[in-house]
Amino acid sequence: MNDTAPDVDAAVQHRLVEATDTEPGPGLDAHLDLLRGRLADQAAVVGTVDVFWRTVPSPVGLLLLCSTDVGLVRVAFEVEDHDAVLDRVAEQVGSRVLRSGRQLDEVAVEIDQYFAGRRRDFDLVLDRRLSRGFQRTVLEHLPEIPYGETASYARVATASGSPRAVRAVGTACATNPLPVVVPCHRVVRSDGTPGRYRGGEAAKAVLLGLESQLSAGARS
Amino acid sequence: MPPFDRVVELHGTTVLRVCRALLEPTDADDAWSETFLAALVAWPDLPSDVNVEAWLVTVARRKALDVIRARGRRPQPVEHLPEPGADGESSSAAFDEVLARDDALLRAVRSLPEGQRDAVVLHHLAGLSHLEVAELTGRSHAACRRSAADGVAALRNVLGERDEKGSTPTLPTRPTGPTGSTGSTAIRPEAPRPEAPRRTRPREGARP
Repeated sequence: MNDTAPDVDAAVQHRLVEATDTEPGPGLDAHLDLLRGRLADQAAVVGTVDVFWRTVPSPVGLLLLCSTDVGLVRVAFEVEDHDAVLDRVAEQVGSRVLRSGRQLDEVAVEIDQYFAGRRRDFDLVLDRRLSRGFQRTVLEHLPEIPYGETASYARVATASGSPRAVRAVGTACATNPLPVVVPCHRVVRSDGTPGRYRGGEAAKAVLLGLESQLSAGARS
Repeated sequence: MPPFDRVVELHGTTVLRVCRALLEPTDADDAWSETFLAALVAWPDLPSDVNVEAWLVTVARRKALDVIRARGRRPQPVEHLPEPGADGESSSAAFDEVLARDDALLRAVRSLPEGQRDAVVLHHLAGLSHLEVAELTGRSHAACRRSAADGVAALRNVLGERDEKGSTPTLPTRPTGPTGSTGSTAIRPEAPRPEAPRRTRPREGARP
């Protein structure tokens, strides 16, 4: 589909591309970025967008942020493959997906503040449609674990009203659609080791390290 | 359907080319936005076997034609060239020269009869096949093929004009016969069209 038709006159095409100032390169990329930003803002006004997305750099790699008109719906780590996550979100939420820095500005700022140690709780509206049933119950209890502290899977199971559903709590946390913001990283194994995490065990350790260091610093 | 954003990423350049070929830069940006805004709305219900690029180009062309028609009813605004930047006199003069030359080509494209203009922009610039151009303009395959050749022939003056000043751009003298889509053959006495790389000559080395 992207193949140029065989009998296109290459010299004419080159001259036309030149005349329209659309040769591939940083100038064209910058202009298209500008147009994409404007498109997202215009579409937001009309209300024809299912999902806005952007990425933010973080100590645990590039994070993908997706939001709907309700709120933040998905946070994804690089190891999850952002393209694959967007495909899935398009299926689950809707295919009118657009990139926008501006529409997710507030979320990006709070994430930045969190990793800079200047924020302990998120003041974001969440769209929880990607979690259901018991998982949703579990995830809604997680913000009760204070910043810098951890809880075992068993304790969370009890708090969620199903003391014997320890494994289910593990699965609920490991498939949290809103990691970092909904603090499933604070749920660890009874022996104190981090346990499964969507962003990998190393990312979980980084988050726990950041929080314990900063909360210890605040106490001393 | 896959995320719409991927369509913007894949085809944003082609749509911008079509818009810029037909419209002044500011209007082209607006037509680009309108094209993707309309496409965004239609996206979830689009048949999965549709040729997305040709579909977008169809929308873009229609948006551009709307602007052209609206412009025709209003006085033309004065064209002003973008700021060349703080590069100093000599480079800004060179910049103006390039701009004037490009401008002459685009003005020539825009003044082609509609059939030739579509064929040049959609086939030679956007890279669609004659069949795709035929489908999206509602003309016959043969007419599109002919118009593409006639259009390029009509542009030859401007295309070959790289070394000249560009201050008085000559509009292409149209060959006899009203348009390329009337059924006349593509063979013209003043424009023999061998398939050999005839036009490679004036291209290279023309830049200072």
